[in-house]
Amino acid sequence: MSADSLQVTTPSDTELVLTRRFDAPRHLVFDALTTPELLKRWHGARGWHLVECEVDLRVGGAWRFVSRGPGGEPMGHSGTYREVARPDRLVYTERYDDQWVEGETLVTAVLVEVDERTTVTTTLRYPSQEVRDVAVASPMERGVGESYARLDAVLAEVHPPR
Amino acid sequence: MELTGYRSIEDMTPEQLDATFAALADRTRRAILARLATGDATVTELAEPFDMSQPAVSKHLKVLERAGLITRRRDAQRRPCTLEARPLKAATDWLEDYRSYWEESFQRLDRLLGELKADEKRRTRRAGTAKAEGRGAPAAGGAGTRQGKGRAAPTDAGADTP
Repeated sequence: MSADSLQVTTPSDTELVLTRRFDAPRHLVFDALTTPELLKRWHGARGWHLVECEVDLRVGGAWRFVSRGPGGEPMGHSGTYREVARPDRLVYTERYDDQWVEGETLVTAVLVEVDERTTVTTTLRYPSQEVRDVAVASPMERGVGESYARLDAVLAEVHPPR
Repeated sequence: MELTGYRSIEDMTPEQLDATFAALADRTRRAILARLATGDATVTELAEPFDMSQPAVSKHLKVLERAGLITRRRDAQRRPCTLEARPLKAATDWLEDYRSYWEESFQRLDRLLGELKADEKRRTRRAGTAKAEGRGAPAAGGAGTRQGKGRAAPTDAGADTP
């Protein structure tokens, strides 16, 4: 793992902190995080792609992303911008369409540039530990989880559960 | 290796995973686990580097024990603590999967930022040439025309947003 690759930590029960360095000045990174045409080009992995992206980049403005998974399944999330300070700070709320518990996640992204490289520290404050744990588990469920589920089915045929 | 990780997460209930994370949220407890990763230790041995009373360390050990992260043997008077790797591995796998999902997405962002940087450089160069060629022309036209012509959608979109 290189020094630039993503670090994820859990400083408290309800928080998650993501730290990642990018080889670009922060105004470009900020734009890539907030411009729909750009977001559609990078957001998602493991067969997930952003297909709808609306951004009203001002305090009180709404955003909405809809992604499609490897099997075509849609997943939507949306929220409101709380602070928009290009290029060094972005604060917004986030909520998933299929979230079954109340509450929004507060996301704070801080961009620090040194020698034309930008470190983005994103703090996600979840409404509860439960929401955080599910949110963290979801890429697995939505991506790798499915292929593992298929593998499970194959394994079950080869080695029936005792 | 991934399959093993997945299995261990599956084996753990959400409550166990919660307990593990609550236990890991404390810096001293993480340091205790790091110490135990090098070998078993007694409360006295663990208290030494932390400048902490034995009862305080015992309190942390109880939390770790409840979370299943350590076990304590009845070994005469010593009761050494042993690190239990499995729940710790489940917890780190849980985060690692999330991390690798977003790392994959951020690597797409790396490539996009590379393109944006190159675009910006080209624009700056073009603007420089235009400036040199347009020497003697009315100064006011320069910057405005340049901004309008360049493929500056990402940068400008952000800058123009209120």
